[in-house]
Amino acid sequence: MNKLTDFLRNFGAAGLFLGKILAATPASLLRPGLIMAQIYKVGANSLVLIMMAGLFVGMVLGLQFYTTLAKFGAEQSLGAVTVLAMVRELGPVVTALLFAGRAGTALASEIGLMKATEQLAGMEMMAVDPMRYVVVPRFLGCFIALPLLTGIFNLIGLLGAWFVAVQIMGLDGGQFWAPMPENVDVYEDVLGGVMKSVFFGAAAGLLAVYEGYNAYPTAEGVSRATTRTVVITAMAVLVLDYMLTALLI
Amino acid sequence: MTEPLIEIRDLHYRRGDKVIFDGVDLDIHAGKVTAFMGPSGTGKTTLLRLVTGQLKPDRGTVKIWGENVPDLDREALYALRQRMGMLFQNGALLTDLSVYENIAFPLREHTDLPETLIRDLVLMKLEAVGLRGAWSMMPSELSGGMARRVALARAIVMDPEIIFYDEPFVGLDPISMGVIVRLIKLLNDALGLTSIVVSHDIEEICTVADHLVLLSEGKIVGEGTADELRDSDSEWVKQFMEGLADGPVPFHYPAPDLEQQMLREGDDA
Amino acid sequence: MGQGKSVELATGIFIVLGLLALIFLTTQTTNIEAYTNGDGYEVTARFSNIGSLKPRAPVTMAGVTIGRVTDIRFDPERLDAVVTLSINAKYDQLPADSSASILTAGLLGEKYVGLEPGADVVYLQDGDEILFTQSAVVLENLISKYLFDSASGENE
Repeated sequence: MNKLTDFLRNFGAAGLFLGKILAATPASLLRPGLIMAQIYKVGANSLVLIMMAGLFVGMVLGLQFYTTLAKFGAEQSLGAVTVLAMVRELGPVVTALLFAGRAGTALASEIGLMKATEQLAGMEMMAVDPMRYVVVPRFLGCFIALPLLTGIFNLIGLLGAWFVAVQIMGLDGGQFWAPMPENVDVYEDVLGGVMKSVFFGAAAGLLAVYEGYNAYPTAEGVSRATTRTVVITAMAVLVLDYMLTALLI
Repeated sequence: MTEPLIEIRDLHYRRGDKVIFDGVDLDIHAGKVTAFMGPSGTGKTTLLRLVTGQLKPDRGTVKIWGENVPDLDREALYALRQRMGMLFQNGALLTDLSVYENIAFPLREHTDLPETLIRDLVLMKLEAVGLRGAWSMMPSELSGGMARRVALARAIVMDPEIIFYDEPFVGLDPISMGVIVRLIKLLNDALGLTSIVVSHDIEEICTVADHLVLLSEGKIVGEGTADELRDSDSEWVKQFMEGLADGPVPFHYPAPDLEQQMLREGDDA
Repeated sequence: MGQGKSVELATGIFIVLGLLALIFLTTQTTNIEAYTNGDGYEVTARFSNIGSLKPRAPVTMAGVTIGRVTDIRFDPERLDAVVTLSINAKYDQLPADSSASILTAGLLGEKYVGLEPGADVVYLQDGDEILFTQSAVVLENLISKYLFDSASGENE
């Protein structure tokens, strides 16, 4: 029972925190430089990781789908199946999970440390709102960066699948690309996937800044907040994924 | 006597079940160095936070320049804070900005001064704390004492009227400590500031403070100049000023009788 | 400030890369042109069974895609399906007596609408109806018919 009330309390607190973030967002938008710096920190810095992951996920898909589809003589649908798998599910979800591990933890520990070393209190005393200066730019950075990272992940993944299927397994290049337009829907599949990553970006950003901002200001508290960020973000992404998929279908 | 600058009346504050302040009344006068002292855990830092509006008291008033801090909305509070500076225990420098940018930070946030003027102001304040040569360093490259002096330069860059020092001597070597003591005195006299220092380093604080306030268990137990307190006949004040291990503040944390506890645990095993 | 410049550059490159990836995915791998050929004319056709035909399925003539299915609805009076086809405005010289049939791409593939040209000198216009139609071939019906026929054949 205690666990349940704890969970609900945390849920409510995160919701209220989101409200505070949204309230402070208009003021933060006047400082695009701060947001750009965070997009760089969470986005550009995760780029290599995301590209590598996308490449190998795509290559595995190419290999798996090729061998399975070849049994039914349906290799020509490989391209379409790969795009669908990538844009609908794997792209948004895998990118969000990697993002939680790479950028979410970095944000949570950074904000937690700023709190532990009284930097946030210091800003308060300098009459600078840490919500506007620290929290909101980081949240918006995640919100903007994750969909872009997902797009890059998908594209690289598609090229990885193309490389394996066409260059290694010998599928005809035309057969790879041709079935896509017939089978992939712009709104339902591609934009649906982008929608997912927008929600995941908001969730990952919110949870990271929330955990960091509410971390107990000690070394142990910060490390616990960091761990909680990955675990909770991963769970949130998977639960949200199901809910969004059910909504979009 | 002139009107006090800061006027605290009937201040109550509790954290969870623990009572931190149980009716504190205090006047702080302009132009003086006032020190809050007391054993660890008596809430000296908490008192600073209550005065600066970082925490809200459960009851009571904190008036600065006639305004009651707990009643202020954020905008008014921030306006008030622009007239204050605060030196945190470990400096609280922003780790991703250089020394120069740290000191320029309040100026950039609150003023539209041209870059050349900001540069002059920053270098002047750095000169005042003796660290002009360190302007390009990052906070991670500074020693504890240097970080605190940079933070002090940042605290005075907006030319505040009140400056708060939170445990400014903790963890410093004797030389750095001497430097900070000198700076507190110097800034207070040269800039006409009102300084409030939280500390438990009696020796250092007695050399700079005009007025000492001793706190214990949520109340003020002694007040006055260093000499007045030394001559006090209160047992408590005597214990603190002379650093005796036992006295009104017991050596032992409250616990059941030792013999009984050991016997009982013997039974369990 | 050199460092600040390179951060801005890297961020800019990152954002452009991300947007390009999204644009590539939406334009190159999808049916986006099915939504964008707005400048067409619409004709309707009635079928007694459309099988699994879906909106946005292609409409072809001689194997070339010339339009899309834009709407499918059920007519409760005549108890058949009314399919609206949007034909690209370029192809405005289709004979009015052309026929439409619902076909399957491959053995089990997606359904699409195939048009067979007629010989009329009057052309199809916006709002016209294609009168000659052939419904979808439903595989189950075909199989059960085959089984039924061969079973009754054995009895004789």
